[in-house]
Order: sequence, then C-alpha cells, then structure tokens
Amino acid sequence: MSLLRVVNVAKSFRGLRAVRAASFSVPQGDIYGLIGPNGAGKTTIFNIIAGVYTPDSGEIVFDGKRIQGLRPDQVCAAGIGRTFQIVKPFAGLSVLDNVIVGALHRSRSVSDARQIAISILERLNLAQKSTLPASSLTLPDRKRLEVARALATRPRLLLLDEVMAGLRPTECDQMIQVFRELNRADGLTILLIEHVMRAVMALAKHIGVLHHGEVIARGTPAEVVRDPAVLECYLGEETRV
Amino acid sequence: MSRSHIALAALLLILLALPAFVGAYALSVAALVLYFAYTGQAWNVMMGFAGQLSLGHSLYVGVGAYAAGAIFFHYGIGPWAGLWVAILLCVLLGVAIGFLAFRFGISGVYFALLTIAFAEFTRIGFDHLDWVGGPGGMFLRVAQRDTWDIANFRGPPLMYYYAILGLSSFAFILCYVLLKSKAGYYWQAIRENEEAAQALGINTFRWKVCAVALSSAMTAVAGVFFAFYYNNLFPEQIFNISRSIEIILGPIIGGLGTLFGPILGAAVLTLLSDGITELLAALGLEIPGVKQVFYGVVLLLVVMFLPNGIWPALAKKLRMESR
Repeated sequence: MSLLRVVNVAKSFRGLRAVRAASFSVPQGDIYGLIGPNGAGKTTIFNIIAGVYTPDSGEIVFDGKRIQGLRPDQVCAAGIGRTFQIVKPFAGLSVLDNVIVGALHRSRSVSDARQIAISILERLNLAQKSTLPASSLTLPDRKRLEVARALATRPRLLLLDEVMAGLRPTECDQMIQVFRELNRADGLTILLIEHVMRAVMALAKHIGVLHHGEVIARGTPAEVVRDPAVLECYLGEETRV
Repeated sequence: MSRSHIALAALLLILLALPAFVGAYALSVAALVLYFAYTGQAWNVMMGFAGQLSLGHSLYVGVGAYAAGAIFFHYGIGPWAGLWVAILLCVLLGVAIGFLAFRFGISGVYFALLTIAFAEFTRIGFDHLDWVGGPGGMFLRVAQRDTWDIANFRGPPLMYYYAILGLSSFAFILCYVLLKSKAGYYWQAIRENEEAAQALGINTFRWKVCAVALSSAMTAVAGVFFAFYYNNLFPEQIFNISRSIEIILGPIIGGLGTLFGPILGAAVLTLLSDGITELLAALGLEIPGVKQVFYGVVLLLVVMFLPNGIWPALAKKLRMESR
C-alpha cells in the first residue's frame, strides 16, 4: 500500500511550468529516491508535498487523505517531517533546544520532549554537542541537526532535501547508515531528493526520475540506470550511438 | 540554588528595603527604573522572545492609561476595574494589528512601520476625542498624599514604588516560566527561523498573535500605572513615538530576549541619564536635548562593543546563566 501518492501534480511560476503532471507513489516502508537534472522540478515537488506551495492541479494523498493546500505545520501534524536543502537551524538556540522544539508537537510536556530529543540526538551522534549553540556546528553536524529536528516530530514519512550535499564520502556513509537503520528498525518511510548518486544508489529501494517537470522513469535503481530515457536526459543523446 | 537565584533574591531584598534608606527623589528614580524594567519586559515578550519588532508600544501604554483614567475620571471607578477594560482594549488592538499583519504576511520592518502607524493615528484620534479632554489633556484628581487608598490606587509615592516593584517582579516570573514552557520554545523558534518553525508543526500565525496579545496586555497594565502615578495624560506625550523608543532601549541595551536584560538596561539608562542631568544642573549648565544625545551615545557604544547587550557579557563574567 502506498503511503504517499502524488497524482498529476502541476505547478507554474509566472508562466514557467516547473512541474507538469508529475505522478509517483511511495509505498509504506520504502526508501524512495527522486532524482533528476538541475531544474527538473525536484525541489518544487518537495515543497508542494511539504505544504509550502499549493499545486495548480493534481492531488497529494498521504495515508488516504488529501493534503494538498494544507499549511506546512498542518502537513507536519499529518505525519510528514522535512529537512531543508539550505539548512535552517535555530542558530541562537542550543542543539538540544532545537530538537526539543520539534519534539514538543507530540509531547505533553517540555520534559517529555526533552527525553525524546536526547534519545534522537544520541541516535544521530550529536549527544556530545547538545549544549552547544546550533550556530557553532559544522555543516555535516548542521545537516544531522536538520534530520534530528525532523525526526523529533515523529513523522511517518521523512522528506530529505539533498541532505547529503556537501558531505564527504565518509560522512555520507554515516548518514546512509542512520537512514537505513531508521527505515529498518522503525519502519520509517523516506522520500529523498538527492544529487549524490552514491547515496541514492545505496539507499533507495525505488527511484523516480524527474525531467522537465515530469516523471519519465520509475523502478528499482538497477532498472532506472538502464532506462534509455534516463540515460538520454542525464548524458545526452550521443550515448544512444 | 544557583548563583543567579541568590543574586536575584538579594536584589529583591535590596529593592524591598530601599525606601527605608533613600529619600523621596531617589525613590522616584527607582520607581522610574522599575517602570521601564516592566515595560521593557513586556516589549521583550514580543521582540526578544518571538522576534516581532514593535516600534509603537506607546499605543498600549496610552490606551491602557486613558481607558483606566477615563473610567476613574468620569465615573469614579478605581483602576482595579479599569485595569480589565484597559487590558481588554489593548489586547483587542494588539490582536487586530497582529491579525492584519501576519495574515497578509507583513513582517520585519514593514510590521514595525505598521505598529508606528497604529500608535500615530491613535494619537491623532485622541487629540480629537473631547470625552478625554482632547489635546488639552485629562487630569485625574490628586488625592491626599499621605493615606493609602488602595481601592482607588491613590496614596504616597511609597505605594506606587511597591506597586511597580510588584509588577516588574511579576513580569520577571512570568517571563521565566514562559521561556521554559512550550510557548517560549515556539516563540524562540519563530524568532530564529519562521519557515523551519512552521515545518516543525508550529502554527506560526497563532503563536505570533499570542505574543502580541500578551505583550499588549502587559503594557496596558503599565499604562494604568502611568495614569494613576502621573495623574495627567496628553495624547501628544503618551502616544509619542519617543515614548515607544524609550520602552525598547532598555531591553536592547540590556540584552534582547534575555530575562534580566530589560531590567539591567532600564537601570543603566535611567540612572545614567538622571545622573547626567543632575551633574549638569550642579555645574549650572543647561543643555537642551542632552538626554537624547546620551541615549544615542549609549546605544552606539552597546551596538559597537556588546551587540548582544550588556547582560549576556556581564553574566559570562559573573558565571551566571546568560538568560
């Protein structure tokens, strides 16, 4: 059964059609990678799912309920957590307080939220830095904090927007381990947009390829990399020769 | 008990005992410090905690003062009843401003301009409101200065001193509790990054309106105090933008978003500016506008050398929490 279904979603910005009739679905328990060249509409789709934009047409169905047009906080309340491509830590707050803010939404009290936040920070290897201000973190740690904060809202679907970008290969591998573990042990469904192919190939069980605002290929990683349409959009037409 | 708890308890004891040791003039200066400490804390809820810049807080002081003042003036009903009318009116105003601004996505500087606009047109409105005396002002009956008439909040300066001490202590405790609560976390998240806050499930519109409502309610109480302490109200003075600036200088200089900053800032500004005025008077000099120049210089120095305000830097030196 699919947890998230994106059905014929379209969105234009002042005449520029960023997404046209994009459809794909993410099964429950899946790790789904959405890839595509620059300007393919990945981040636009991501923001439509997260409630930042309302689509011009089409439907977003999460867990059987239509969620398009909801505000970002309502999308979060529905059970979708997200990270930002350009990290947005609460710079003046401590690492722990950053995560507590996320945990408060489904906690009865601040002390409950604190407990949840501490366990999540341990999981993401940030526990030693919990008292530092978020502004003092390095980029890899900030990325981890983005994930920790999103996880603290206890989502059923986690949206990751280029969370590997700017990480070194070893840091990237650590992140991959964390997501695999979350998916395996907690049954968390993950939708990731990613440029780092190493991460997508290692993580994703299914992949959708977006090109000019449309999904041109779907399947397992092995299927997708052999798809002629995908090769064409990534490498150009000469590869057909 | 941490160092900060002990320091706070000591400060409270000193302030409670102060009237026994100082004269009438010093007591009036102390009351002024506490008044600005209170209004600064009220403003800090909105700007320091939730990150919403109001440059029109004189609106709430003025409306609060006029509401309770007019009820007393016209009907002889004391401020204990008038207080609630003042709070209600100010909360309605604050919520209206917040609703207008946040519903239409007005934020930052434009929100600040909106708060100035509301304060200004309310000033002009009161100038034409004959029921409260218009530009000629409203004067409350000054009662005997030696009896404590608590029901009507008339009495000697000592009574006003303890009242404003009580108010600012209450505000401090309220802010302390708020900062540790869900509301405090949500407000700070909105202040730091509204988009990220929203993505974490926070209804930012609602929480911003809440911050404005609470801040305006607290400021309304300051207005009621102002009316019964000074006994005369002029729209030109009470709604003036310079009054709004006076309110915000304390928390900015003391430390935005901190608990103790507004109090420290109010003390530094009021004591030093009064000191300068006194000093110049003693030297036989009379320089108009020296207070404004002084405010400017202090602000400049703090912004240059202590951009987070005096308190965070001082707290570090004293090994206390920088809150």
